Amino acid sequence: MAAEKEGLRLILRRFEEKIAKVLMLASIVLVLASLAGIIAVIAIRGVSALSISLLIQIPKGGFYLGKEGGIANAIVGSLYLSLGALFLSILFGLPIAFGLQREFTKRRLGHITRLTLDVLWGMPSIVYGAFGFIIMLYLGLRASLLGGIITLTLLMLPIMIRALEEVVRMVPVELKEVSYSLGATKLETTLRVVFKQVFPGIITASMLAFGRGIGDAASILFTAGYTDNIPRSLLEPAASLPLAVFFQIGTPIPEVQQRAYASALVLLFIVLLASIASEILKRRASRYTLR
Amino acid sequence: MRIAVIGANALGVLIALGLIIKSWPILTSKPLTQLLFSSEWFPLKGKFGFYPFIIGTIEVTAIAMAIAIPICLFSAIYLSEYAPKHVRAIIRPVIDILAGIPSVIFGLWGVIVVVPFVRWLGERLGVHTTGYSLLSGGIILSIMVFPIIISVSMEVMRTVPIEARETCLSLGTTKWETVKWVVLRNAMRGIIAAIVLGFARAFGETIAVLMVVGNVAKVPNSIFEPAYPLASLIANNYGEMMSIPMYDSALMLAALILFMVVAGFNVGAHYTLWRLRRRGLG
Repeated sequence: MAAEKEGLRLILRRFEEKIAKVLMLASIVLVLASLAGIIAVIAIRGVSALSISLLIQIPKGGFYLGKEGGIANAIVGSLYLSLGALFLSILFGLPIAFGLQREFTKRRLGHITRLTLDVLWGMPSIVYGAFGFIIMLYLGLRASLLGGIITLTLLMLPIMIRALEEVVRMVPVELKEVSYSLGATKLETTLRVVFKQVFPGIITASMLAFGRGIGDAASILFTAGYTDNIPRSLLEPAASLPLAVFFQIGTPIPEVQQRAYASALVLLFIVLLASIASEILKRRASRYTLR
Repeated sequence: MRIAVIGANALGVLIALGLIIKSWPILTSKPLTQLLFSSEWFPLKGKFGFYPFIIGTIEVTAIAMAIAIPICLFSAIYLSEYAPKHVRAIIRPVIDILAGIPSVIFGLWGVIVVVPFVRWLGERLGVHTTGYSLLSGGIILSIMVFPIIISVSMEVMRTVPIEARETCLSLGTTKWETVKWVVLRNAMRGIIAAIVLGFARAFGETIAVLMVVGNVAKVPNSIFEPAYPLASLIANNYGEMMSIPMYDSALMLAALILFMVVAGFNVGAHYTLWRLRRRGLG
């Protein structure tokens, strides 16, 4: 009797293991399938909407109602916005990432700063949008390329710094000590030794931040505005790909909706390119760095 | 460079301060309980009751978490405990790619796929719905939080020492029993932190939800009804906010609520994870 009961229990335990395995496989398949499904649907809709003339023309008769024209305003606007913000976030991000090294910052401040940056990374982009709007009111700016760049920079900075800092922290202490023992100052060591070591990391971090920045809609919704034209100065409003999708899908006119699908495909293509490039660069570039 | 580091912290403080200053007028002119618990939203008459928006945000996030938590935990267990090394090496970057997809793409996908699906589901169940509903928002959000919950909880599970697993296995347990009794129990705090991070991400997500959730300012009665989360409220009304008195202050208060909730949860989760890593487990 007892042996029989024991046997039954074993069968049940093995059965539980089987069920758990099935659930696990089903879950991971679901996760991968949702990614594949998103890319497939956007690609299919986008490809049928896309054409060369769409890519090089600006909308005619208004982006919301006009049936003619293309999405060049959004492509160029998005590149202006995110490249501008990328430049600023490298400019401000590098000194902060370097400053987080032990030589410059005490442990406690370092921990607090990392925590702050992690929290800022997780902040919803609409909060950056609202804050960017407050800054613009304060500076007397209207919705413009400059306003969008400022807001996107704030959004991208935490990502940039955290990604850079991970690389800076990897630089071997011995390497820095050699430099110090030759009489170099902290600043010289950072600029000559550490910088050389983290250079590939800067590119990877930039790709990551750029990918986030170019895809974000909520932060530039009130700060960059939207326009049919390509901005000629920093103070003119700028169109962008995410907002091109967002605004143009909402119209009842099929021709305009096609422009939304095309914008989504172009945006997805750029973002995927950035993240795949950063993945490849990360692997290739790390070969030339001392570890 | 130390000044630059201090500047990074100042940014967080500045955002909070800016939002507080801007929402101060409405906070001082209306009692807080009325702002948070009244359902009357008539900006033109000066009535600002955030209750439907707060409930909308919480419900859409709750649906997302109900879908995402089991799927993410099973996936993370598979990747951490069962998957061969090369499978893990392939899937990890794929999950990173999912994390990088812009929210407007999720929103568009939702409009094309999820909204018609929910409409069909509603018809099957005999509920009249346009498809633009709490459920659609929840489904989209759940996919958006997959990457963060999976990657963080997987990282935490990998920090459970291999010896602990071996000890349990040597007692004759099955692999799944070891996972249940050793891995999950030891990694529980970290897994909760991962879930909290996912929650915070979903709580403030704007564009993707805005595109599928319907945006009707009323407390929803079922998951097939539309809702109006806080983030959508801000995004939809920035145009009028400067022309109606107190409206800008009310929207800034909505942003402040989002900021405080997300910052609070994020600080807790990251602090927990930081302590786990420092304990030498990571």
